Amino acid sequence: MSLAKRSVLISALVTSLGTWVFWWGTDGFTAFTAETARRVEILRSPRALPDVTLEDQNGKIFRLKDYQGKLLAVDFIFTRCTTLCRSMGMIFKQIRDLIPEESLGRDFALLSISFDPEHDDPASLKKYGEAYGADGEIWRIARVRDKAELQSLLDAFGIIVIPDQFGGFEHNTALHLVGRDGRLRLISDIDKAVPFAEQVVALL
Amino acid sequence: MIGTLSHHPGRSALALGVFYLLLATPIARDWLEASMSRHMLVQMPLLVVIGIIAARLVPGRMQDSLLIRFGGAWPCVIAALFASSYWMLPRALDAALTDPWAEVAKFLSLPFLVGFLLVLAWRRLTLIGRGFVWTNFFSMLAVLGWLYIVAPVRVCNSYLVNDQENAGWYMVIASVLLFFWWLGTLLVGGGVGPDKPDQGGSGRTFA
Repeated sequence: MSLAKRSVLISALVTSLGTWVFWWGTDGFTAFTAETARRVEILRSPRALPDVTLEDQNGKIFRLKDYQGKLLAVDFIFTRCTTLCRSMGMIFKQIRDLIPEESLGRDFALLSISFDPEHDDPASLKKYGEAYGADGEIWRIARVRDKAELQSLLDAFGIIVIPDQFGGFEHNTALHLVGRDGRLRLISDIDKAVPFAEQVVALL
Repeated sequence: MIGTLSHHPGRSALALGVFYLLLATPIARDWLEASMSRHMLVQMPLLVVIGIIAARLVPGRMQDSLLIRFGGAWPCVIAALFASSYWMLPRALDAALTDPWAEVAKFLSLPFLVGFLLVLAWRRLTLIGRGFVWTNFFSMLAVLGWLYIVAPVRVCNSYLVNDQENAGWYMVIASVLLFFWWLGTLLVGGGVGPDKPDQGGSGRTFA
């Protein structure tokens, strides 16, 4: 084969291979960021979560598995947060208010998990909860005390927390829905509270 | 500089290998990958440069036979384009930090698929071909930098949002500076500029 022919052939091969890698690496040209990728992946295959031990705003110890059989909305916060977590509080409140009252607590619950257990003792968790009208039963504010457990939980959810230059944190913020089987099944943007609540209602 | 290294190819190859391994140490990786700007504008270019120097340590005749085996200049250029643009995806940056296999892929693909292959191809590229590679690179860098500056959201989960904006600005600035440098070499010629192919130039200067 002449060099020119070979060149064209190999160029075509390299182009197809390169396109395939892009296709594969972006879930079919849909997910160009890690955040979109984790959402696409969860939709495709709901992910099992580690059964971590948590402590709520009243100092009560419980396990994530205790929620099995219910739909559970989860968000991640730290109580010193002055920006996104504040709106997260408002958004969670909005979601709770959109769910039929008879399902609240029985078939649906909310859980705000702090990834800053060192600062967020039950007292500060309680203060955060009270600021948004979390009742501490249907909607609990909790922390994972064990560092390794916390990390495994964050990894399973795909949450990356990085310290910022003001002593706080930046983290990917989203609304998470855990199914009755204890698997993470939906992640949506925080400005999609209404569609999120509609999804929950559809599953009730 | 690089040119003087090739007087002792063996020693240079050793130094290059050591430098490559140093970049791969956890300390160097942690530091270079702690900020988005350092990750994209220091670590990744260094990996490409390692590939460039490595290729230039290969004797000319062997470079030619390699190039023929790879099907000439264009397959090499295309592979380099795909590999370099892949590592500009925000998702790939995050993956390099969270997935060890992605990190391995980055450390292999940037030197070999981008630096090494570009040097092989460079000698056989016409001025137009070289211009294509350069302008493609500038525009990709500038557009991506601009996207990072104006993006309303954090595109990398592993980096702070102001870090993303800084990286964006550095990318735009780098693309403008590189563009003028390249333009300068076209107009002035000689010196550090691009060797004109088939005009007595050694054709081995990567520019």
